[in-house]
Amino acid sequence: MEQKYPIKKVNIICAKGAIEDVYATLILGNGAVMEGIKTNLFFTFFGLDAIVKNRMDKLHTAVVGNPALRLPGGMRMPTLLGVIPGMEAFTSWMMKSQMAKLDIPPVSEFLDLITAGGGKVYACKLAMDMFKFKKEDLWDQVSSILTVGEFYELAGGEGSQIIFT
Amino acid sequence: MAPKTYAGITVDVNEEGYLTNSSQWTKEVAVEIAKEEGITLTEQHFAIMEFLRNKHNKGEALSIRSINHSGVIDVKTFYQLFPGAPLKKATKIAGIPKPASCI
Repeated sequence: MEQKYPIKKVNIICAKGAIEDVYATLILGNGAVMEGIKTNLFFTFFGLDAIVKNRMDKLHTAVVGNPALRLPGGMRMPTLLGVIPGMEAFTSWMMKSQMAKLDIPPVSEFLDLITAGGGKVYACKLAMDMFKFKKEDLWDQVSSILTVGEFYELAGGEGSQIIFT
Repeated sequence: MAPKTYAGITVDVNEEGYLTNSSQWTKEVAVEIAKEEGITLTEQHFAIMEFLRNKHNKGEALSIRSINHSGVIDVKTFYQLFPGAPLKKATKIAGIPKPASCI
């Protein structure tokens, strides 16, 4: 369908590092690339974990303080159950296996698909400094480390949108 | 649904130009649809379209990830062969429905 004001570019900010937060960014980003929309992904704060080499494929989901989390069968997961050792790892493994069934790739492979289509991946300078990460800690295909000002420069243009996940 | 003629062959297409009956598809039809999309087809295009058509005929969902597992080409080449929106264009030219997948 022809749009009068089509979206030409998306700039997606990922500031959180739980599985569901990172995948929101990856699915929106990959979807944009597949539509031929110019795509920039900007990872900051805990979202940096998604582009740190030895962390990106080991993300977890929160089992405490996550009221939408349910047990198999649909019952709400009691917060106290979440504190049992191994519960977070088990729940995260369950989520990842459910996603794999839908052909949703692991984080590193998903980012590969996005960059193969021309999408760009950036890290936030301030968050890098705060968590004491170096460029070498990051996934090889991260384009560069940006300040907020540089991010806004990058995000400019007609038909461009900034999305915060 | 409306009939459209490509290379002397009449096919049924939907409002977005996708063939509604994939058995009406021929390579000659593909060449003509590709022209409308600004693409000149090569052997590589046909090889990946054959993979997509086979997958569609088996009732399997199409995703960008499956291209990497096709053994035909990688995703990067796929984006180069069908610039812009590769999966949408490739399925259109291959005479199969537009994928309803988010990935």
